[in-house]
Amino acid sequence: MIKVAKVLVFLLCLVPFLLLVRGVVLTMRGEFALGANPIETITHSTGDWILRFLLITLAITPLRALTGWTGLTRFRRMTGLFAFFYSILHFAIYWVSKFGLSWTEMWQDIATHLYVTVGFLGFVLMIPLAITSTKKWITRLGGKRWQKLHRLIYASAICGVLHYWWLVKLDFTYPLRYAVVLAVLLLFRMWTVVRPRLQTKGG
Amino acid sequence: MLIKKATDIPSSEITSESLYRNRREFIKAASATLGAAAIGSILPAEVAAAASKYDTTEPKTPLANVTSYNNYYEFGTDKGDPVINAAGFKLRPWRITVSGMVKKPATYAIDDLLKGITMEDRIYRMRCVERWSMVIPWHGFPLATLINKLEPLPSAKFIKFQTVLDQDQMPEQRRPILHWPYTEGLRMDEAMNELTFMATGVYGKEGPPQNGAPIRLVTPWKYGFKGVKAIQKIEFTDKMPVSAWMEAAPNEYGFYATVNPNVDHPRWSQAMETRLTGGIFDQIRPIKTQMFNGYTQYVEKMYSTLDLRRNF
Repeated sequence: MIKVAKVLVFLLCLVPFLLLVRGVVLTMRGEFALGANPIETITHSTGDWILRFLLITLAITPLRALTGWTGLTRFRRMTGLFAFFYSILHFAIYWVSKFGLSWTEMWQDIATHLYVTVGFLGFVLMIPLAITSTKKWITRLGGKRWQKLHRLIYASAICGVLHYWWLVKLDFTYPLRYAVVLAVLLLFRMWTVVRPRLQTKGG
Repeated sequence: MLIKKATDIPSSEITSESLYRNRREFIKAASATLGAAAIGSILPAEVAAAASKYDTTEPKTPLANVTSYNNYYEFGTDKGDPVINAAGFKLRPWRITVSGMVKKPATYAIDDLLKGITMEDRIYRMRCVERWSMVIPWHGFPLATLINKLEPLPSAKFIKFQTVLDQDQMPEQRRPILHWPYTEGLRMDEAMNELTFMATGVYGKEGPPQNGAPIRLVTPWKYGFKGVKAIQKIEFTDKMPVSAWMEAAPNEYGFYATVNPNVDHPRWSQAMETRLTGGIFDQIRPIKTQMFNGYTQYVEKMYSTLDLRRNF
C-alpha cells in the first residue's frame, strides 16, 4: 500500500518537470508553449517548485502533529530530494543561460550580487542534506546529530525566500506568499520547542 | 530526426510569423491603398515605408513575443498580464495635453496632432533593465518632428511625459505599486536626437495597446522603462522631471538610464542579456550588452561631460 502511494507521489512530484520538458519540445517545434522568454519561464518555474517542495517538506511534521497521521513522514525524504532536484535544474539553467558555462563570471556574479549569493547559499546548504538522506547516513551519524544537521533546511528555505524577495522589482505579492507560509511553519516549530520548556519550568 | 530537419532550413527562408498572421491585413491595406491612390490620397505609411538607415539587421523578435511579454504595470506586474488586461483598452478618442514652456500649449485630439506627420518604421534593439532584449520594428515618427511642430520656448530644457490616468481601464493603477501616472522625461537634446521615436504601433501598423498604443516613447540607447506608454500629457519644463522609477527606487533607477554594461544595477549585473528571438536554443547563449545598446555613434556626444556611473 505505502509502496503504491510512494510511486504515485513520486510521479506527482515529477509532473512539473515533465510539463517543462513538454514545453521545451513544443517550443523547439515552433509553438508558443513557454511564452516569449522560455528560459525565464523555466527558471521561474523551477525556482517556484524548489520553494514549494521545501515548504511541503517543512509542513510534514506540523501536519503529522495536527492530524496524527504518522505515515506522512515516509514522504519527507522524497519531497526534500525533489526540492534538491529542482534546485539542480534551477542552478544549471542559471549557469548556462547567464554565463554560457563560464565559471569565472558565474563566481563573480555569486560574489557580488546579494540575491545570487543567498540563492546559491540556499542551494549549497541542500547538498549535505541530499547526501545524508539515506538510512545508512542516519545510523552513521546517529539520530540526534543527523537531526541537527537536517535543521539546515530552515536556513535553506529562508535563503530561498530572501533570494526571491531581492529579485523582485517592486511587486512583492508572490514572494510574500512564500514568506508568510515559511513564517507560520517556523513559528510552529518554535512553539513546539518553547512550550514543553515553559511547562517543565512551571511544573 | 524531425527536429534536426527543421533546423536545416535557414530562418531567412521562413515567412515571418507576423507576415503570415497579417497576410489578410496586408492584402486589405494594399487594396485600400490602391483605392485611396485612385482618389488622390497619400500612400499609407505601412505600405510605403522604406528601410530606415537606423535599422538593425539582427533577427526580429516575432510579433507573438513582442505583444505578449510586456512590462506595463498599469495592466499587471507579470509580463504576461498586459496582453490579457489591455485587450479592451480604447485607443480612440485620445487627447494629448501639451503644456509648459511651449508656444502652442493646448489639448489636442491625437489625430489632429499627428496630421501631416509621415509615419515610418524603425527596427531597433530594445534592452530591458531586467536583462532581456528584443529586436522590434516600431511604427511611428521621430519625436523631433512633433517637437518642432509644437515650438518649445528656448527656456525649455526638459520634456516630461505622462501616461493616462484611468483606473477603469488600467485596474492596477488602484494599487500604489508606482506613483501614478507613470512619468518619464528626457533632456531636450535627447528628445531631439535622431533616434528618439514616438511609436504608434509595431510591425508596420497601429497598436496593440500592450505595446503602448496609441502613442509611446522609444529611446533605444536607454533601458526599456524610459519608454513611457499611452502618453496623455507632454510638458516642456526647465526642471529635470522625476520619473516613476526614480521616485520608487532612486538608488536603482536614474534619470538617464542609458544602457551600460559597465554599470551594474545595484542587485544584478548588466554585462549580458538574453535576446528573445522566439527560439529556445539561441536563447541559451547570453549575448554581451553593448554600450548605449549599440547606438554609441548617435548618442555619445550628448554625454561627453556626464559621469554615467553617477548619472545611471
